[in-house]
Amino acid sequence: MFNKPRTTAILLALPLTAFILVTFVAPLGSMFMRSLYDPLVADIMPGTVAALAQWDGTGLPSEQVYALAARELERAREERTIGKLATRLNRDTSGLRSVITRTGRALKRKGGAPWSESLPTLHAAWGEPAIWQALARTGARVTPVYYLNAVDLTFDGSGAIVRQPEERRIYATLFIKTLRVSLTITLLCLIIGYPVAYLIAQAPPRQGRLLLVLVLVPFWTSLLVRTTSWIVLLQQQGVVNDLLVWLGLAPDDQRLTMIHNMTGTLVAMTYVLAPFMILPLYSVMRGIPAVQMQAAASLGASWPRAFYRVYLPQSLPGVGAGCLLVFILAIGYYITPALVGGQSGQLISNFIAYHIQTSLNWGLAAALGCVLFVAVLLLFLLYDRVLGIDRMRLG
Amino acid sequence: MTISWSSLSSGKLALWLFCGLVFLFLVTPILVIIPLSFNAEPYFTFTRGMLELDSQAYSLRWYEQVIFGEQWQRAALNSLIIGVAATALATTLGTLAALGLSSPALPWRRPLTALLISPLIVPIVISAAGMFFFYSGLNLTQTYSALILSHAALGAPFVVITVTASMAGFNRELLLAAASLGAGPVRSFFKVQLPIISPGVIAGALFAFAASLDEVVVVLFMGGIEQRTIPREMWSGIREEISPAILAAATFLILVAILLLIAVELLQKRSTE
Repeated sequence: MFNKPRTTAILLALPLTAFILVTFVAPLGSMFMRSLYDPLVADIMPGTVAALAQWDGTGLPSEQVYALAARELERAREERTIGKLATRLNRDTSGLRSVITRTGRALKRKGGAPWSESLPTLHAAWGEPAIWQALARTGARVTPVYYLNAVDLTFDGSGAIVRQPEERRIYATLFIKTLRVSLTITLLCLIIGYPVAYLIAQAPPRQGRLLLVLVLVPFWTSLLVRTTSWIVLLQQQGVVNDLLVWLGLAPDDQRLTMIHNMTGTLVAMTYVLAPFMILPLYSVMRGIPAVQMQAAASLGASWPRAFYRVYLPQSLPGVGAGCLLVFILAIGYYITPALVGGQSGQLISNFIAYHIQTSLNWGLAAALGCVLFVAVLLLFLLYDRVLGIDRMRLG
Repeated sequence: MTISWSSLSSGKLALWLFCGLVFLFLVTPILVIIPLSFNAEPYFTFTRGMLELDSQAYSLRWYEQVIFGEQWQRAALNSLIIGVAATALATTLGTLAALGLSSPALPWRRPLTALLISPLIVPIVISAAGMFFFYSGLNLTQTYSALILSHAALGAPFVVITVTASMAGFNRELLLAAASLGAGPVRSFFKVQLPIISPGVIAGALFAFAASLDEVVVVLFMGGIEQRTIPREMWSGIREEISPAILAAATFLILVAILLLIAVELLQKRSTE
């Protein structure tokens, strides 16, 4: 049967659904692709990679493989793709960047058949199995290597999974640090947010609305503006330090370093995220009738007891909503740590941005992004289970 | 009988004191920016002259730079182009979708709602990374279209949420009444439904516009020199050359924020009445 309201509803929801699928879900899909699919080496050196598939991985490959590699390296130099190849191989094994670029340059003048003898004269590395193993490994189009890198693992020469060398082991600690910092910020927001939400909910309506505006103005103000303010306030020659010196609490030559480090990240992020704690708390507390506390008092309960037994339990849904929201927002935060976090205050998002913009290790950026995405998704499902996302309200 | 706790007054005092400090914490960062934007010196800090209220220590030079400087003018224009186009797209699609989502006849309502508001929940760095990979595959980075489409996707959830909320109070019988009086679905939408849900639509549009006006990560990853917006300009201002011109721009943005806040509050008041 043709169902009219149902068809109308579907037709109404369809345009945005299609739009979101194309402009939002597809991009997330392409990030997922990037994290697993890396055709760079296989595209630049297709013959070599295919021939290496027949190689047993020990000793040196045959003359045929050497000849293919020399030809394809030369072509890569002509097509100017050799730089990318060198970067990619260097990411696998440190030092291969210079091997590839120097070989490329040398191939212009020197070398010739038999390649298995002449290539090692251009660079000694060609006489070792390591570079061939690296080519075989990076030649795979579909690779878990970026996910391994995202948790500080990698492949060794023989293809076994091993821990990254000491100096490259940063992401596991970074994920833990991000979780720890987010948890700290959530707690700080709760500590400052709960009393404020309570006060606003208890105040007479006119006063309450006025106080709420003090929460809403920062909520609406541009994030960059709010982050800039903390630079103004916390820098060495900033307002807070000036005040401390003026009050005699800090000597002029020992001004506190509160910005461009973890302190900066913690203070500024707590500030930025506090409204996301206060608003859900307030909306729950507004629904708790004031007479209940009075009733508890008339029955002889002390204020702390009445609060603990009557008010607190009813405010818990707000605590849950606020904490989850702040935590979800905090673990993916980028802008504030990037501007006020310095070296020590950087979180996982900052490294994703770094690999996209600076190191150009897009595969790793995508893998880190996917790990973070899954973490947020799980938290979000929890939020939905506990509170229901279709009940989400703004302002 | 009046009910009171004997310890209440001191407890209440402590609560007010603590909350007073929190409110100070919430408001100071915004207030401190405004006087500093009139600094005559190129510093982010109060000079002796400013504290002594010497008129020489204050100047409008940073406002001059922001209002007449070519860089900032272009940034303002870009923010406006991208913001308006993205908001128009998000509001149209979002309102239609919210109407669909409010209908009890819609199948898979919960997962669909989750999908449509997911851009709001996914961390911006992840969305921006995905968009960067996606549009670079299509050779569309550094174009207005990519930025507009991305900002529309990020803004649409706001419209979906506010319009769905205003639909919650909508009496569907009004549509039946309109139909019984001979109005077609299009006519009854524009004459009956839209006027009633319009506060939600406008509030959603304002949210979407504010989101676009404040968005910097997508622009950072995908925008070229040509597409620099106000927040992008501020970003490089903060990271590269610190000048109070950023504070002048920030003061403008605070003004915009207050206007948006007032607009949304008025709309909410209207829709609850």
